[in-house]
Amino acid sequence: MNRITLNRIKDKGFLVTGIISTFIGLVLLLIFMADIFIEGAPRISWKFIVSLPSRIPERAGIYTAMMGSVWVLILTTIISFPIGVSAGIYLEEYAKQGRLSRLLEVNISNLAGVPSIIYGLLGLEIFARVMRLGSSVLAGSITLALLILPIIIVATRESIKAVPQSIRDASYALGASKWQTIYRQVLPASFGGILTGVILALSRAVGEAAPLIVVGALAYVPFAPRSPLDDFSILPIQIFNWISRPQHGFIVNAAAAIIILLIITFAMNGIAIYLRSRWQKRVSW
Amino acid sequence: MFTEAEIMDLIMTKDSKTEHLVNDIIDKPVEEHKITTKNVNVFYGDFKALKNISMKIRPFSVTALIGPSGCGKSTYLRVFNRMNDYINGFRLEGKVVIDGVNIYKDKIILEKLRKEVGMVFQKPNPFPKSIFDNVAYGLQIQGMKDKHFINERVETSLKKVVLWDEVKDDLKKNALALSGGQQQRLCIARTLAVEPNIILMDEPTSALDPISTGKIEELIFELKNEYTILIVTHNMQQAGRVSDRTAFFYLGELIEEGLTKNIFLNPKEERTENYITGRFG
Ligand SMILES: Nc1ncnc2c1ncn2[C@@H]1O[C@H](COP(=O)(O)OP(=O)(O)O)[C@@H](O)[C@H]1O
Ligand SMILES: [Mg+2]
Repeated sequence: MNRITLNRIKDKGFLVTGIISTFIGLVLLLIFMADIFIEGAPRISWKFIVSLPSRIPERAGIYTAMMGSVWVLILTTIISFPIGVSAGIYLEEYAKQGRLSRLLEVNISNLAGVPSIIYGLLGLEIFARVMRLGSSVLAGSITLALLILPIIIVATRESIKAVPQSIRDASYALGASKWQTIYRQVLPASFGGILTGVILALSRAVGEAAPLIVVGALAYVPFAPRSPLDDFSILPIQIFNWISRPQHGFIVNAAAAIIILLIITFAMNGIAIYLRSRWQKRVSW
Repeated sequence: MFTEAEIMDLIMTKDSKTEHLVNDIIDKPVEEHKITTKNVNVFYGDFKALKNISMKIRPFSVTALIGPSGCGKSTYLRVFNRMNDYINGFRLEGKVVIDGVNIYKDKIILEKLRKEVGMVFQKPNPFPKSIFDNVAYGLQIQGMKDKHFINERVETSLKKVVLWDEVKDDLKKNALALSGGQQQRLCIARTLAVEPNIILMDEPTSALDPISTGKIEELIFELKNEYTILIVTHNMQQAGRVSDRTAFFYLGELIEEGLTKNIFLNPKEERTENYITGRFG
């Protein structure tokens, strides 16, 4: 057999392996989703969404957990967005050179890979205990904000980096200051990318259970939180709790809640994709 | 170019407006220069990009900077609006005086300097904003709020670059939707809108088609009446068409400088002649 045909066979082999690997992932995911859907979809109703938790599976709903998730999402956004974007701007535009900034850079990338439960421990010690926030929505939200901060910082930096130097040059050459150039040219041009990053980070935060369990979020709270200092539960913890119950009715509830959580994350991802495409249409160099 | 009779005529009817014209034509020394550089060395780290450059630039003239790639033309151009300041390891020695101010020594505000010394880049680089916003930007960052004033300045600037008629009905359109030539004229308009005295142009037509290039050359010829222009160009014909004086750079040195026609027709240096006749490039 000559070399060329051998290469061609290798080529084909690789292609087939690639296709199979891709499909294994997809198929497993589809089976899992189908299973969840078959089990949970009939359970979903308006009543399921607005009902309080209960010991009887047929009466139980996700209201408190969902409102807890909404609270956490909003507070996490309020905390992480300004800090993450400012840090990204600072690192990319102001702290360019020097040892310290390189050290920061490496550490931020590493932080993005730290297991989320570690953040939970940090949140428990510092926010819940030292700062005496207890196992409140606020303590949980600060913890999650910390967790997604590295993602937001990295996304901000990447989007800012994508703005061509020629735009900055043009701005400076017209007499703009550094801040004017950032505020009036760089940020508007990169905002779509930043927003996309923030939404993706938040959609990750909304699915996290481990760090909030450590901080002390409860599986059962009788009411939805009314202030940032109230106790709370969130959807992933509610799901986790239901799954560990023996009654089949709760398993069905868990499946239904998973569907709703999936819808929320898919919707957030959808918004992110939409923003990205809109932004790319508006700004292309 | 002028005939002998016209030159004599100009010399006889000496008035302040035509004086620089006369001086240019007969290469008579002038008293007041717009820009003076003296013994300027520029370093990028250890690399010496400009070596002991001394040169004077007359007001209301077009000076072409020519020379092979990498000889320091862009570096020299960016000296005047201090755009090199952003480059890592950049260092300058010597004196650069604009209108009597040493721009590297005296206390100057960079934003103000750049209001006086505008720049047009090699590749058209409009902001990803509307045509109007592009031209208004320079005024807006100065804090100008008067809408009427801004509107008027946008219009006059676009008229000066002969773009007004093409875009006046669509000022809200994104500047990136314009053709390359239109974009470059927009960039010139944007520069004019802040009313500089000096305009630096770094190969402004190298990314453009011949027709757009012609339009911009005509424009440069017009602008000379109001501005002092420095233009980097790789195109010898262009240097010949638009410039009064030409400076030839080679490996970071200023080899010679003089009236364009002298540089082209009887250069003093062999290296200049070799470059102009295309023996190296
Ligand atoms: N940012 C920079 N950092 C280091 N060296 C540079 C930089 N820009 C230009 N140079 C060097 O300086 C010399 C002159 O460059 P430049 O002024 O761009 O030349 P020209 O415009 O005549 O082609 C070149 O040798 C180039 O490699
Ligand atoms: Mg150059």
